[in-house]
Order: sequence, then structure tokens, then C-alpha cells
Amino acid sequence: MIPLSHYLVVSAVLFAIGTAGVFLRRNLITILLSIEIMLNAVNLSFVAFGRQFGNLDGQIIVFFVMTVAAAEAAVGLAIVIGLYRHRESLNPDAFASLKW
Amino acid sequence: MPETLVFWALSGMAILASALVIGQRNPMYSVLMLIASFGALAGLYIQLDAPFVAVAQIIIYAGAIMVLFLFVVMLLNAPQEDAAEWDRSHPLRQRGVMRFGALLALLLVIQLTWALLQANGADLPVGARGNPEALGSVRTLGRILFTEYVFAFEATSILILVAMLGAVVLARREGDR
Repeated sequence: MIPLSHYLVVSAVLFAIGTAGVFLRRNLITILLSIEIMLNAVNLSFVAFGRQFGNLDGQIIVFFVMTVAAAEAAVGLAIVIGLYRHRESLNPDAFASLKW
Repeated sequence: MPETLVFWALSGMAILASALVIGQRNPMYSVLMLIASFGALAGLYIQLDAPFVAVAQIIIYAGAIMVLFLFVVMLLNAPQEDAAEWDRSHPLRQRGVMRFGALLALLLVIQLTWALLQANGADLPVGARGNPEALGSVRTLGRILFTEYVFAFEATSILILVAMLGAVVLARREGDR
């Protein structure tokens, strides 16, 4: 049997990787992917805690997190497409002005 | 013992694939690596007696969301980062700043691990409590979802509708009004 702490450490490492990706990468699509990594790390903690305490609420929350992630990906990618049409670039530094 | 082995293999694969997502420059490979990471996570969910979440992970995440990402990557046909001059001369590219960032990332891992390990019963093996049959069953899950969480469920459907409308409006061309 694997202790709960193992799952939690995996989750923490995944979350840190996602955070590092948001800061390090300068490509809007990769930044969105890093956000997905973070959401998945949190999902893993939820399922592990739910299993540990014999509670189904963890899995329910994961279901909602997935729905929100889908909505976020759809809107985020639409914004990325719109930005790319204006600037021909995916570099976040290219979008420094609020209006053009 | 095989259980432990499978856990290490799956978690190693998830971490390695996630590291590769942010570790290289071609967004196409990033998306494919993230699909591998999600597959490994689905295996971990099965180990945690959550088959519904595992299947949803494969169908929704690896199936729907990642295909959306792949579609956009192919549609934009964006140049790889790091090829341009602005990338090499970026202020965050300096060595000292990068070392500082690596230190901060390590600190984040330590802090998160410490915070999570404060949880009650973190050393107990997973699955010591609760009945795996009842926990894994989609029937129980569905009953809870449509009774206790029915308001949140309906709210999510509105969220999806709004997101769909938003995506259509945002991705529309300027001249199409």
C-alpha cells in the first residue's frame, strides 16, 4: 500500500512544474498548458485525499475542475487566436498595450 | 509490491512528461507530452479506486481539451520561441536570474510538500479506510452529483454555455458582423 504522502509529493512536484512553466515559457500556448498541469496536480490531491478519508466529494470536485478547465481552454484559445491575428506573435511580451 | 512499482512508474512518467512540456520549445511536442502526462495520471486515478475520474481524464482531458490545443497549434502554425532576437536578449535570460528562479521553484516544492504533509493521516497507506467498491462506483457518484451537488452541476452547465458563446464571439473575424 502506498502512503498518502507519496501522492501528495507527486502532486506538489507537478504543481511546481506548472508554476515554473508559467514563468519560464514565453509562448501563450505553453503557458496555457502549464495551467492545465497545475489543475491536474490539484486534481490528484483531491482524489488521493478523497480515497484516504473514504469520501466521494474529492471525485465530485475533480469533475467540476475538469469542466472549468474545458471552459478555460476554450476561451483562452479563442483569445490566443484573436491576439495572433493582431500581432502575428505568441510572445506575451508583444501584448504590452491594453488597446491598439 | 507490484502496486508500488506501478505507482513509481506512473508518477515518474507523469513528472517526466510534465517537465518535458515546459522543457522544450516546440508547442506541438509540448501538447503531445502533456497527453502522455495525463495518461499516467489516469493510471494513478485507477490505483486510487477512482475509475470514473480516470476515464473522464482520458476522454475529456486527453481527448477533448488536448485536441483543441493541437488544433490551435496547427491552425496558428506559430514560429518556435527562442529563434528570435527578443528571446535571447530577454532580461530573464541572464544566468543569475535563472538561478534565482530555480531556487524559488525548489522552495515552492518544499513548501507545498510541507503544507500537504501537515494533513491528518498523511503517513497512513491510502485505502486503509472506506469501502473501495462503494467509492469507485459510478452509481454512487452520480447519486451524489445529482442530489447534493445539483446546484453546482446546473451552474456548470451555464458556465459551459457562456464559455461556448465567448469562444465563438472572440474567435470571430472583425469583418463578420
